[in-house]
Amino acid sequence: MAEEPIVIKKKTEKSFKDMVMEQLPEGGNLNACLTCGTCAAGCPATGMHGMDPRKVVRMAALGMDEELKQTPWAWMCSMCTRCVHACPMNVNIPGLVFNMRASWPREERPRGILRSCDMALSTDTCSAMGTRDEDFQFVVEDVLEGVRMQPGFETIEAPIDKQGAYFFLNQNSREPNNEPEEMIPLWKILHMVGASWTYGSKGWAAENYCMFLADDEAWEKITRVAAEQAEELGVTSFVNTE
Amino acid sequence: MESIIPYYAQWIREGKLKVNSDWNQDLKVKFTVQDPCNLVRKSFGDALADDMRFVLKACVGEDNFIDMNPNKSNNYCCGGGGGFLQNPYKEERLQYGQKKLDQIVATQADYCVTPCHNCHSQIHELSEHAPTHWGTVHLWTIICLAAGVLCRNERTYLHDDLKEVNLPEWDETEFL
Repeated sequence: MAEEPIVIKKKTEKSFKDMVMEQLPEGGNLNACLTCGTCAAGCPATGMHGMDPRKVVRMAALGMDEELKQTPWAWMCSMCTRCVHACPMNVNIPGLVFNMRASWPREERPRGILRSCDMALSTDTCSAMGTRDEDFQFVVEDVLEGVRMQPGFETIEAPIDKQGAYFFLNQNSREPNNEPEEMIPLWKILHMVGASWTYGSKGWAAENYCMFLADDEAWEKITRVAAEQAEELGVTSFVNTE
Repeated sequence: MESIIPYYAQWIREGKLKVNSDWNQDLKVKFTVQDPCNLVRKSFGDALADDMRFVLKACVGEDNFIDMNPNKSNNYCCGGGGGFLQNPYKEERLQYGQKKLDQIVATQADYCVTPCHNCHSQIHELSEHAPTHWGTVHLWTIICLAAGVLCRNERTYLHDDLKEVNLPEWDETEFL
């Protein structure tokens, strides 16, 4: 008697891996994993919550999409790229992790990062601490006044929106808010070498939590504010400081 | 899009930025340097890592610089980036940082120079859990120290061993 045929249903939904491969250059080589474990061997997050970079790639390959999209390990990988740097097949694990973060509903992503991103979006300065441009200007001028009393630094400047300056510098929000004296050494270096530089009243803040949040739209918006300000000021070089 | 680090190196080579390490010749305070992932491995590579070392050695003396292992593009992430400092997984963050802690302790350095805000925060916190309690400073602080222009109240992150070293001549008392 003829047996009943086994009907294998064709999967109609795209897997998480397939979706991510569409996002990454060259598909992130996500199908090329040899399971060699070089990634896991050099990853400081290996073992946390029973996860490691190799496991993440294998889970993607096996279609364990729900587990991948819910593991908090996505926030314990810092996307440092040491894994892909060491990987013989150039498997873009950080790219996979970034998309794991992006698959979380926005309001469920880690609150500290979410708040910092939203804070940065709320002001043209892009400061994750919500520092407005007049506050920044006040702190800079206040500190500058003190430095100008030092012999040898009577003419030191810390310009904001200086047209045609050579360098556009960014500044982490931490210094103006918590430790303004830590801005001084860099100013002194720039003064001693006679560098032409400026901050921007818009987009001076160096941090970008929207990138950590995996919110592409917000990340782009914040980056553009700084880039546009630099362009408007006609600077030659956008410099990332320490 | 550039980093300030190669400029530090260029300015020192050109003689525009006058630093020297005489202040550390007898003290022999030891320094190591962190390779920030975003600056080195993810962006400007080992060329920038080399510039960082050139600048630091010019400021503290070649014999007083001790490299971590592994280093440059192969260095380990310290765990300060990727939003780790703002997410609720603090225990995991410190556990992640254990590798970095062990690396720094192995150098026996008194200070770790961190040309990155996230690295600075994380490595500063890690030192509180380490047997050696190293100091964590930005490169700009060491450059100004070596140039003799770092005054008393610009030394927040220096320990007692360096609070009064190579002060500007005029900075005799509490200035501001």
